[in-house]
Amino acid sequence: MAKVIYGGQSYECGEHSVLDCLTAQGVVVPSSCRSGICQTCLMRAVKGEVPERAQEGLKPTLAAQNYFLACSCFPQSDIEVVLPEAGLNRLAASVASVEYLNADILGIRLHPSRPLEYKAGQFINLFKDKATARSYSLASLPALDEPLFLNVRKVPGGLVSNWLFENLKAGDELEISEATGDCFYVPGNAGQNILLIATGTGLAPLYGIVRDALMNGHQGRLSLYHGSYDIGGFYLVDELKELVRLHDNFSYVPCVSEGAAPKGYVQGMVLDAALNDYPDLSGWRVFLCGNPNMVHAAKKQTFFAGASMREIFADPF
Amino acid sequence: MSLFTDIGGEPAVNAAVDIFYRKVLKDDRINRFFSGVDMEKQAAKQKAFLTMAFGGPHNYTGEDMRRGHAHLVAQGLNDTHFDAVMEHIGATLTELKVPANLIAQAAAIAESTRKDVLGK
Ligand SMILES: Cc1cc2nc3c(=O)[nH]c(=O)nc-3n(C[C@H](O)[C@H](O)[C@H](O)COP(=O)(O)OP(=O)(O)OC[C@H]3O[C@@H](n4cnc5c(N)ncnc54)[C@H](O)[C@@H]3O)c2cc1C
Ligand code: HEM
Repeated sequence: MAKVIYGGQSYECGEHSVLDCLTAQGVVVPSSCRSGICQTCLMRAVKGEVPERAQEGLKPTLAAQNYFLACSCFPQSDIEVVLPEAGLNRLAASVASVEYLNADILGIRLHPSRPLEYKAGQFINLFKDKATARSYSLASLPALDEPLFLNVRKVPGGLVSNWLFENLKAGDELEISEATGDCFYVPGNAGQNILLIATGTGLAPLYGIVRDALMNGHQGRLSLYHGSYDIGGFYLVDELKELVRLHDNFSYVPCVSEGAAPKGYVQGMVLDAALNDYPDLSGWRVFLCGNPNMVHAAKKQTFFAGASMREIFADPF
Repeated sequence: MSLFTDIGGEPAVNAAVDIFYRKVLKDDRINRFFSGVDMEKQAAKQKAFLTMAFGGPHNYTGEDMRRGHAHLVAQGLNDTHFDAVMEHIGATLTELKVPANLIAQAAAIAESTRKDVLGK
């Protein structure tokens, strides 16, 4: 008989779903339709095997992280589960290097104290002290065994970003969390076109995602748009141009929203520029990161332009 | 078999969700009811909604529908909004080339929830 392990307790599941099994024992799991559709009873397996049926209809990035629907999960073997908001484990990391990527953005490379499982484009929480943390996206690729690569923008009056700018140096020890988030590349459908739109340090996750897709041999178009007020805001420009040179299917369009755009830049809002080039996004995969106003508008506009809701991945920050 | 399988089952509902939800968000008569909520979570709920209208497997009761829409009724949800949603269900299924007799059945199921949804 399969057992469900939750919160350190083990429950006999019998013929019941994980949802029924846990709620019968007084565990509070939010739920609504109880037929595998509304996704209210989302949980995550940390150990054991998730039956395929329990992931039907989930976004591929959620399925890849062992999320499942408790109401349609009838485990065949023991399974340990947590609610989605369950805390992430913490670990130590040492600072490998710190450099300015432009006047306002710091590139931080970290060596975690133990191997960290993550996907390029997910984020970690970085702790200033025991109680103060901020999220930063991962621009590095685990497969290349690179140090973790973060891009941190200096936020005026911002507690943690300013602390990092003022204090951080190579050799320092920090505390970080394990990685999470569902904005990343899932291999498969290699011919699909992919649109990526970023403002500011929204480039960090997308730089990771683009390289991940290319490394996985993605064949469809990979069109990256990066927006900034003025040309001082761009960074990783040489690296991106090198990728353009190496890969015919990758394009990089920097967009300047205020003032004139020099040669090689597009004048205008980054979302307008992207939709102008690709007015029909039926069948496309879409990644959106950065300024929350841009991300929310872009979610709606790319959906209206034909992208399926299930294929739009976004991190507003 | 059931209307749900005749219409095309789960894949048909997936196709319908995007089309239906685009129509709803573009419709200024009703899109305010759908703003406050995260688009993606909302899309999952629209799928629950369409599965129900298509006679698919669900465990919602009339009482659930009453409770689930009560906050919207408090914001002024009325028959005209319900009619607008009915319109979009029909148009979505027409766009998916579902035969007219099946569309009529789906519409009848949706229509049967009117009193509960509107809290009458
Ligand atoms: C999923 C995710 C991924 C992210 N990835 C990145 C990334 O890759 N790179 C990156 O640079 N950032 C990223 N962020 C944003 C990052 O987590 C922080 O929010 C950002 O660095 C600001 O933190 P801070 O401590 O410097 O600013 P905070 O101290 O949190 O302040 C933020 C803003 O609020 C203002 N403020 C603070 N306190 C008050 C107050 N009492 N009253 C009024 N205003 C106040 C500040 O002036 C500032 O403008 C991400 C966020 C999320 C959620
Ligand atoms: C035509 C009959 C209708 C049916 C069968 C129906 C069914 C449903 C179902 C099953 C849900 C998901 C509940 C959940 O699991 O949380 C839902 C949610 C919702 N419905 Fe309806 N609905 C109908 C009409 C309407 C109308 C007319 C409106 C507004 C114009 C509306 C707006 C909403 C909204 C906004 C939600 C999300 C509520 C929230 O999470 O805040 N519905 N509906």
